[in-house]
Amino acid sequence: MLYFSRWKALAIVLTALVVCLCAVPNFFSEATVRTWPAWAQRRLVLGLDLQGGSHLLLEVDTNAVKKDKLNQLADDARRVMREARIRFTGGIAVRGDAVEVRVAEADASAALNKLRELSQPLGGFLGSSGQRTVEVTDAGGGLIRLTIPEAAITERIRQAVDQSIQIVERRVNQLGTVEPLIQRQGLDRILVQVPGLQDPTRLKELLGKTAKLEFRLVDVSVSPEQAAQGNIPADDEIFKTSQQPKTPVVVKKQVLLSGEELSDAQASFDQRTSEPVVTFKFNSSGARKFAQITTENVERPFAIVLGSGTVDDPKEVLSAPVIREPILQGSGQISGSFTVQQANDLAILLRAGALPAPLTTIEERTVGPGLGQDSIRAGEIAAYVGSILVILFMLLTYRLFGFFANVAVAINVAMIFGLLSLLNATLTLPGIAGIVLTVGIAVDSNVLIYERIREELRHGRSAISAIDAGFTRALATIMDSNITTFIAAAVLFFIGTGPVRGFAVTLGIGIITTVFTAFTVTRLIVAAWVRWRRPQKVPI
Amino acid sequence: MWILLGLGALIVVLAVLIVFGIIPPLRIVPDDTKFDFIRFRRVSFPISAALSILAITLFFTHGLNFGIDFRGGTLLEIQQKTGPADIASLRATLSGLGLGDVQLQQFGGPSDVLIRIAEQPGGDQAQQEAVQKVRQALGTAVEYRRVEVVGPRVYSELLAYGTTGLMVAIVGILIYLWFRFEWQFALGAMIANVHDIVLTIGFMSVTQIDFDLTSIAALLTILGYSLNDTVVIYDRIREMLRRYKKMSMPELLNISINSTLSRSIITHVTVTLALLALLLFGGHAIRSFTATMMFGVVLVGTYTSIFIASPILIYLGVGTNRRDDTDEKPSRP
Repeated sequence: MLYFSRWKALAIVLTALVVCLCAVPNFFSEATVRTWPAWAQRRLVLGLDLQGGSHLLLEVDTNAVKKDKLNQLADDARRVMREARIRFTGGIAVRGDAVEVRVAEADASAALNKLRELSQPLGGFLGSSGQRTVEVTDAGGGLIRLTIPEAAITERIRQAVDQSIQIVERRVNQLGTVEPLIQRQGLDRILVQVPGLQDPTRLKELLGKTAKLEFRLVDVSVSPEQAAQGNIPADDEIFKTSQQPKTPVVVKKQVLLSGEELSDAQASFDQRTSEPVVTFKFNSSGARKFAQITTENVERPFAIVLGSGTVDDPKEVLSAPVIREPILQGSGQISGSFTVQQANDLAILLRAGALPAPLTTIEERTVGPGLGQDSIRAGEIAAYVGSILVILFMLLTYRLFGFFANVAVAINVAMIFGLLSLLNATLTLPGIAGIVLTVGIAVDSNVLIYERIREELRHGRSAISAIDAGFTRALATIMDSNITTFIAAAVLFFIGTGPVRGFAVTLGIGIITTVFTAFTVTRLIVAAWVRWRRPQKVPI
Repeated sequence: MWILLGLGALIVVLAVLIVFGIIPPLRIVPDDTKFDFIRFRRVSFPISAALSILAITLFFTHGLNFGIDFRGGTLLEIQQKTGPADIASLRATLSGLGLGDVQLQQFGGPSDVLIRIAEQPGGDQAQQEAVQKVRQALGTAVEYRRVEVVGPRVYSELLAYGTTGLMVAIVGILIYLWFRFEWQFALGAMIANVHDIVLTIGFMSVTQIDFDLTSIAALLTILGYSLNDTVVIYDRIREMLRRYKKMSMPELLNISINSTLSRSIITHVTVTLALLALLLFGGHAIRSFTATMMFGVVLVGTYTSIFIASPILIYLGVGTNRRDDTDEKPSRP
C-alpha cells in the first residue's frame, strides 16, 4: 500500500495539480479572464442568491393554445366551405373540444370531402405514427365534427413554447441586462433568470402581455348599445376600448391583418398633438394587404385590437380611426392616449413579436444585491472559521499526521474549486455550506486511516506494517461510507433547484475529491515520509 | 476579521509547540475502551421507540412550519433604509391591504424584517398582485433584499418532489447496502435511517423551524452522514464476523463499536466544528438548514449508529447460529 512507482506518483501529483490549477481563473477579474484563450475561461458562476437577481418561472397557458388552435380550425373550415360554395345551415361554432359544422344533409358528403382536405399527416417525429392534424367525423344529420387529436395539440404546445422562448428572449434583451438565462422546463414552462435585476415588476409586465395585434373593421351597422343588449350579428364581437372610459366597440370577427406582418415599430410623438404614439411599418406582403384594405374601406372606421382574449390579457381596442384615404406605403401609427412609458413598452412588444399564448408567472425569487453581498461575506467567514477550527483540532489530535491531514484537506478544497470551475458550476450559499461540511467530513477519511493505524500498532505490529495495514483496511471502509452520502447528493441534485442544487453539486464533488485524496494524496504524503524517515515508531 | 487573525495566530503557536513536543497529543477517547453498548440496547430501544412515537405525535398535532416552498404564498425580506424598522407601523400598513394573513418578524439586524403573506385566493396572478400591492405600500423607504413568490402549482410539485426524493434516496442506499453487505445490514441501516429522519422531523416540529426545500436537503444530508457512520461500524462488524467465527454476537458487536469509537467521536467533533462555524457565521439564509443538520448529524446520527444500528443486527438474525452451535460445526463464512 505504501509503494508507489515513480510514474504513478507523478500521475497523482499531476492530476491534483491540474485540477487545482483549474480554480485559478476565479482569482482574476472577469475582464482579465476574457482576454485568455477560451479553454482557460472556465470559472465559478455565482448563483442568484449570491450575486442578486431575479428568477422567474413562467407557464404557457396551454388552454389558450388549444382554444386558439380550435378557432383557427373554425376559420379554416369557414374558408373551405366558402370556396366550395357549400351553404352551412347552422353555421360553424367551437363547442367544447370540437368545431361543429352544420350543413344541409344533401351537402354532407361534399362538405366532408372538402373538410378532410384540412387534415394533414402530423409532421415531425410523429409523422410515421399515422396521426393526423385534424379528425373529421360525420355525426349524422348534416352535422360534421372536427376535432384535434391529443398528439397534434401536444405538438402545437411544444411549438408554442419554442416560439415563446424566442420572444421572451427578445423582450428580456430589451431590458439591457447581462447574460439572462432562458430555458425550457418540462413541457410548458420557461425559466428566466436575470442576474442583477432588482425589481422584476417591469420584466413581468413585459412578459405578461401577448402583444397580439389585430386589424379588424368596425361594424357600424349595429350601435354598441344595441349590441350590448344582445343583438350581436353572428360574425361580430364586442371589445372595450383600452383607455378610460372603457366604451364598447362592435368589430367584425374576421381578422384582416395581424401583428405578425409588422416589420418595425417605434415609439414617437404625434406631429400635430405631440402625444406619444407608436408608429409601425408592415413587411411587403402586409403592406400590400394594408393598401388593399384601406382602399376598399375608405371613410369607414377600423379597429386596432391588442390582447389574447384571456381574463388577464383581454382583447382591447387601442384605437379605431376612420380611414381617410388609401394608405399605400404600408405604415401607420397607433394613438391610444399612451404615456411615454406605455408607448415605449408597446413598441418593444410589437418589435419582439407576439407570444402565441399568455404566460403566467408561477414562481418568483428575487434577491437584492445587498443580501447577496452579505451572504458571500457570511459564507466566506464561516468557511474560514470552520476550516481553521478543523485544522487546529487535527493538529492537536494527531500532530505530525494532523499536519499531513491538513495538507490533504487543503488540496481537497482546492480541487473542489478546480472541478467546480471546470464544470462552470453555480456556487450558492448552501453550496458554500456544502464545502465547509466537506472540510469537516474530508478529515474523516484521515481519521479512519489514522485510528486504524493506531489499532494495528496496539496489536503489536511494527510501524511500517501498521501503516500499511491501516491504509489497506481503512480505504475499503472509506469507499463504502462515501458512496452512501454520494447517493443522497445525487438524489438531491435531481430533485433540487437553484440553491439546493448548488449544495448537491458541492457535496457530490466534495465526496469525489475526498475519496481521491484519501486514496492518493494522503497515501503519497505518508509514503514519502516513511521513505524519508524510516520510522521505528509512529507519532500518532 | 479579528476572529480569523486570532485563529490563524493560534495555529502558528500550536504548530510551534507541537513541533517542539511541548503539547501532548489530544486523546478524546482513551485506547481500548470496553463499554458494553449492546446491553444498553434494553434502555436505548425503548427510549428511541418512545421518542419516535413522540416525534410522530408532534408531527400530527403540532405539524411542521411549512415555508412558502411547500405552502405557497409570498415572502419578502426588507431592510429599512434609515434607522430601525417599526414593525407596528409596518403591520398597520400591510394589514390595510386586505391580503389576509400577514406575518412580520424581526430577522437579523434591527432594520431587517421578514414579511410572510399567505397564499392569495385566485391562482398565480393573485400572488403577483399581492407583491405589487406590498411594493406600492412600502414604497422606496425600504430595500427589498429578497422576494419570493411561489404559486399553487409549483408548491404542490415541490412537495411531491421532496418526498419522492427522500424515498428514492432511502431505497437507493438500501439497494447499495444490500449489494455490499447482507440484507440484514441493509434493513438495519434503513431502520436506523428512518429513526433519524423521524426524530429530526420531531425536532423541526418542536422548534417550528421553517420547513422548506433546504430542509429536504438537510434531511438528505443527515441520511447520508448517519449512514456514513453506520457503514463504518458495519464494515468492522463484517470484518470481525469473518475473522472470529466463534465469538458470541453481543461480544463481537461490542468490540466492533469500541474499536471504532475513537474514530466516531473524532469525526463528529470535526463535523460539529464545521457546522458550528456555519451556524454562527453562515448568515440567516442557511440558519435553519445548519440547525437541522446539527441536530440530525451530531446528536441523532452518532447515537443511532452506535445504539440502534448495531444492536438491531442481533434482532435481525445476524449470526444467530453462533451461540447455539458454536462447538459442533463451523459457521458459514
